Amino acid sequence: MRWQQNRKVRYLGVFLLLGISVIIFLICNICMGSVEISLADIERCLMGRETDKTVQRIVWDIRFPRAVSAMILGGALALAGYLLQTFFHNPIAGPFILGISSGAKMIVALVMIFLLERSIRVSSAALILAAFSGAMLSMGFVLLMSHKVNNMSTLIVSGVMIGYICSAVTELVVTFADDADIINLHSWSQGSFSGMTWEHAKAMTVVVFLTFLIVFLFSKPLSAYQLGEGYARNMGIHIRGLRIAMIVLSSLLSACIVAYAGPISFVGIAVPQLVKSLLGTAKPILMIPACFLGGSVFCLFCDLLARNLFAPTELGISTVTAIFGAPVVLWIMVKHKKERAV
Amino acid sequence: MEYYFEAKKMSVGYQGRPLISDIEISLKKGQILTLIGPNGVGKSTVLKSIARQLSLIGGVIFLDGQSLQKMSGGELSRKMAVMFTEKLKAELMTCEDVVATGRYPYTGRFGLLSETDRQVVRKAMELIRIMDIKDRDFTQVSDGQRQRVMLARAVCQEPEIIILDEPTSYLDVRYKLEFLSLLQQMCREKGLTVIMSLHELELAERISDKVLCLDGKYVDRFGTPEEIFKAGYLRHLFHISSGSFDEENGNMELEAPKGKADIFVIAGGGSGRMVYRRLQRQDRAFFTGILFDNDLDYPVAKALAQNVFAAGAFEAVEEALLKEAKKQIDACRTVICCRERFGSFEAANRELAEYAVQTGKELIMAYEEKS
Repeated sequence: MRWQQNRKVRYLGVFLLLGISVIIFLICNICMGSVEISLADIERCLMGRETDKTVQRIVWDIRFPRAVSAMILGGALALAGYLLQTFFHNPIAGPFILGISSGAKMIVALVMIFLLERSIRVSSAALILAAFSGAMLSMGFVLLMSHKVNNMSTLIVSGVMIGYICSAVTELVVTFADDADIINLHSWSQGSFSGMTWEHAKAMTVVVFLTFLIVFLFSKPLSAYQLGEGYARNMGIHIRGLRIAMIVLSSLLSACIVAYAGPISFVGIAVPQLVKSLLGTAKPILMIPACFLGGSVFCLFCDLLARNLFAPTELGISTVTAIFGAPVVLWIMVKHKKERAV
Repeated sequence: MEYYFEAKKMSVGYQGRPLISDIEISLKKGQILTLIGPNGVGKSTVLKSIARQLSLIGGVIFLDGQSLQKMSGGELSRKMAVMFTEKLKAELMTCEDVVATGRYPYTGRFGLLSETDRQVVRKAMELIRIMDIKDRDFTQVSDGQRQRVMLARAVCQEPEIIILDEPTSYLDVRYKLEFLSLLQQMCREKGLTVIMSLHELELAERISDKVLCLDGKYVDRFGTPEEIFKAGYLRHLFHISSGSFDEENGNMELEAPKGKADIFVIAGGGSGRMVYRRLQRQDRAFFTGILFDNDLDYPVAKALAQNVFAAGAFEAVEEALLKEAKKQIDACRTVICCRERFGSFEAANRELAEYAVQTGKELIMAYEEKS
């Protein structure tokens, strides 16, 4: 019994830690930058009281929507990674490494160039839809591969290859597209949280929040799925239906990220693994919200570094996430080797 | 006659191709059915099809009069528990967590355990006696312990029928017996019906109410152990060409030594079995006698000796048989006597031992020998 309670205390502690970290980093992201803004200014700004126009603009139009986006998309990214890891029973699966982000990027780039050339404004919905179809396309390839090979590393390698192909195609069209927006497109295709507006933030919040809710409602069947297919089926799980749902949901999340921030590496793998170690359990009902919070913290933290480390030069977000995420992947692989050996 | 489990004209296999066809099974509530047959014959395929892991290629299964195929997944999960050879993936789960997954069909939308659920989990762990390992990581316990945790999990599911694929394969002899006793107990007390595959034929013979023998494309036999375990049948079912299996006693013997025999073993009353097996290990062919055909030594002698001089049980040993045995001793160099003293119905064997001494054969007293 005591041990049961210990577990509860641990879960509560982790959620508190993650929740508080989200708030702290959110504030840091708004305060810190080339222009330092005090907490009092933020408060005044949020309360709608009289403030300096520049401060108001920086806080309200630039930093706040950007921080919110990083928070939402970071959470989505970690959740997408968690779903894919569960789906493939593979601890290093994630939207970036399996080429799903790159597939989404490719289709988004194609659609954007096509529409921009005709001077049509690209709406949020169109962006997400394009990214979603790209994600599903890559996912289709990965699934095809996973049917042929039943090996953790081969699956990852084939995902990486799909990613390379899609990136190559994207580079190709970006190079040959003759538009002023190309520079913008280029920075996006490297992954970045810059240039987020409230409109973006609102749209992504709606999509991501709804997807999160659906994923959360799936936490019970997911827990059965984790045990292995045979046992899940015995528990009355409709495996095919659940698998389709997982694919659609993870693709939707990945699409949302790519549509707004471009492909971001390693968050999808590193965060779920770190969160799992923190919680000491893989139960979906805890992992789903914890992954989301963890992803938010991770992305807020990385974006803070990306903006401030070499200010005024801004680093690509993937540069920062890779520095922190890639070692985690290596650690996971070593850990798994050890567990196999036992 | 009301059957709880019935399979009619069931065909199982993969991708629409039948592996085994026309399987007919009928089981009453609380009965144990064991599937036996050579490796790779499709025992697991049959079990998986019964557990609805594979769709049937033909035929129907009825569970309590209801068509199994038409049952909803939730309904089935409350009636049927499974334990496959496929390992349950349990990341960061304690043994108790794994047992608790058996409550899945009974928990609500989010799968949270109620107080009743916790009690059921606890009771199951106590029944299977795994309380001592409940807090250990499931991936870190031994195969045998894992097997028992899986049984507790199945018990937790409160099923009416349980499907087990080689449940005893990782268990040592103590746990094998304990495991099967538990199954038997649950069958008797809770009316649990069991369908399982076993490799241990002697256990299958003892625990099963019904046995299904699979060989090739069809069911070879289906019936009670008495009907199935007839002399010579398993040799046929398993295509045994080296060694032997004694259906009546559940004894397995390795292949009899070949070559010219020059040893005669005087045995009886179970005193010769170990000597026979030692000679088999040393690859020395031998004769033995005179045994009554209900003697403990008799089945082993039958399996290993080149010739057994046997008399009908409870009959006097005929003079002709004694003469033949003496003639055989003449042809041998060594005589091993396993009897410390001869009873009043063993006069013939005493005579053989004396004859060996008279004719100057090397006489070894097996009961004195320590090496």
